[in-house]
Amino acid sequence: MSISREDIEKVAVLARIKVDDEQVSALEKDLGNILDLVDQLGAADTDSVEPMAHPLDAVQRLRPDEVTETDQRAAFQAIAPATEDGLYLVPRVIE
Amino acid sequence: MHNKSVAELSRELESGKVSSVELAQQFLDRLKHEDGKYNSFITISEDHALAEAKHADEMRATGKATPWTGVPFAHKDIFCTNGVRTTCGSKMLENFVPPYDATVTEKFRQAGAVCLGKTNMDEFAMGSSTESSYFGATTNPWGLSSGEKRVPGGSSGGSAAAVAARLVPAATGTDTGGSIRQPAALCGITGLKPTYGRVSRYGMIAFASSLDQGGAMARSAEDAAMMLNVMAGFDPKDSTCIDRDVPDYTATLNEPLKGMKIGLPKEYFSEQLSAAMEEQVRNAIREYEKLGATVKEVSLPNAKLAIAAYYVIAPAEASANLSRFDGVRYGYRCDDPKDLMDMYTRTRAEGFGGEVKRRILVGTYALSAGYFDAYYLKAQKVRRLIQQDFINAFKEVDVLMSPVSPSPAFAQGEKNTDPVSMYLEDVFTIAINLAGIPAMSVPAGFVDGLPVGLQIIGDYFSEARLLNAAHQFQQVTDWHQRDPK
Repeated sequence: MSISREDIEKVAVLARIKVDDEQVSALEKDLGNILDLVDQLGAADTDSVEPMAHPLDAVQRLRPDEVTETDQRAAFQAIAPATEDGLYLVPRVIE
Repeated sequence: MHNKSVAELSRELESGKVSSVELAQQFLDRLKHEDGKYNSFITISEDHALAEAKHADEMRATGKATPWTGVPFAHKDIFCTNGVRTTCGSKMLENFVPPYDATVTEKFRQAGAVCLGKTNMDEFAMGSSTESSYFGATTNPWGLSSGEKRVPGGSSGGSAAAVAARLVPAATGTDTGGSIRQPAALCGITGLKPTYGRVSRYGMIAFASSLDQGGAMARSAEDAAMMLNVMAGFDPKDSTCIDRDVPDYTATLNEPLKGMKIGLPKEYFSEQLSAAMEEQVRNAIREYEKLGATVKEVSLPNAKLAIAAYYVIAPAEASANLSRFDGVRYGYRCDDPKDLMDMYTRTRAEGFGGEVKRRILVGTYALSAGYFDAYYLKAQKVRRLIQQDFINAFKEVDVLMSPVSPSPAFAQGEKNTDPVSMYLEDVFTIAINLAGIPAMSVPAGFVDGLPVGLQIIGDYFSEARLLNAAHQFQQVTDWHQRDPK
C-alpha cells in the first residue's frame, strides 16, 4: 500500500517531528515499502481471534495507595535542559 | 585472565589468587587498548568500575561475597546506571546521566559485580547491525583479521562484539525482535532471551513494551545461567513482570538429555536459509541425537506473518514510548526554539536518527484515526495466532531448534540503506518475541570462517531446560570456545 505525501506530512505533525520536502520524498518510498510488508496481515483469517496484549494475558496489578517514593525533584531537575525555581522552562505559550 | 569465563573468574576471586581491584584494572587496561578496533563501548566508566571493585573486595573481606562479586562485565547502554551516562545509542540522550538504576543494574550492583562500561547498540534498539548508533558502528571481531569490516548484528551488537573479543566475559542485552540472539549468533557467543516478564524492564529504556525483554550474553551456557540467576525475578516497579519463583539456573545444567523431544519447524528451514547455513544447523541437531534426543518435524503455519505483525506492533508501541523525548525534562533540546511546537518538532527531528524517525512515523500512522483496527488490532490478533502455533508445538515436543539468522555476519553498509532488507534479518527470531517465549542462540559452526548460531526455543519459563540443553551441547562441541584471532 502506498502512502501519500499529505499523509506523511500529517503523521509527522502528529508525531511532532519536523520533516523537509526531501525527507518526505525518501519517507514516501521507505514507509511505502514497510506498509507493503505489513499488508500481508490482510491474508490472515482473524474473525474469531481475541487480540493479544500480554503474552501471558496478565492484567494490571493493583497496589495499596501508599506513599513510597521520596522527593527527588532536585535530582530530576538537575538533568533538565532548562529550569528555574523548581519549574521546567519552555518557550512562552500564552502571550 | 581475559580468556577466563565468569565461572572461572569467580573461582579465581574466591580463592584469593586475584583481587577485584586487580582484575578490574587488568580488564580496563585491555579494554582501553583494544576497543578502538571494534567500537563496542560507548562509555568506559573506569572510576565507577574501580570504586565497585573496591567495594567488591570489602564484600569478600566481610564474608558477603556472591558468585558475581568482583567479576567484570558490561551493560548494554539501554540499562539506566545511576551516575554513568546512558545514551541508548542516540544523540537524544548523548548527555543523559540517569539519577537512578534500572532494576537489572541494581541487582548486579548488589551481587558485587563490576560494570566496566556501557556497550554500543542500534539507536533505541531499532536495528539488526549496530550501524544506526549515533556513536558510530560496531565492528564484528570475526573477519577483521582478514581486513573485512562486518556487522556484529544488533541491536545488542556492542555487547556481542565485546564478549567475542574477550573484552568482558559477559554483558547484558535486550531482545525485542532478536536483538540478543542474532548478534550472539553473528559474533559466535551464547545469548539468552528469557520469557517475557521473567526479567524486570524497570529502568530499561523502552522500545516496544509488550516485546522488550532483558537477557544474557556470554561465552557459555553456564555463564548465561549465572547471569540469569542475578537478573530474573519479580519487580513491583514493572507492571508486566511475572511473580514466580526463580530456580538456580546452574543447578540443572548437567541433567542428561536422553529422551528430550526436539521439534524442527519446517517453516524455519526454508529457501531463506542458505544451504551452507542449513548444513551447520543440521550437524548441530545430529549432536543432540547422539546425546539421546529425538527429532521430529513440526509446523508453525502462521510464522510467515510474524514480521508483518511485528512491524505494526513494535513501531506503534515505540511511537508512544518515544513521545516522552520532548526536550523538556531531560535529553536533547534544539537551539533557540521560537515556540513550543518548534521546540518539540526540531528537538525530535535533530535528536533522533533516520530509522527511529521512520518507526515513529509508521507507528503513529498505524495508530491514527481510521487505521487502528486495520493495523494494530489486526496485528494483535495475528500475534495470538502465532502464539497458538507455539502452544500447539509444545504439546508434542520439549524444545524447538532452528537457525538464528538466514546468513552469517554481513558487510557493513550492505543492508542499512534498505529498511525492509534489514528487517528480514530477524525472520527466524521475531515470532518468539510475539509469543513471549524464551529462546537461546548457541554457537554451532562456521560458514566461510564466520560463526553460525543454533536457536533453541522453549515453552514459557523453560529457561533452565534451554540452558541445560545448551550446556550439554557445549560439553561435546567446542564452537563456543573458538575466538576471533
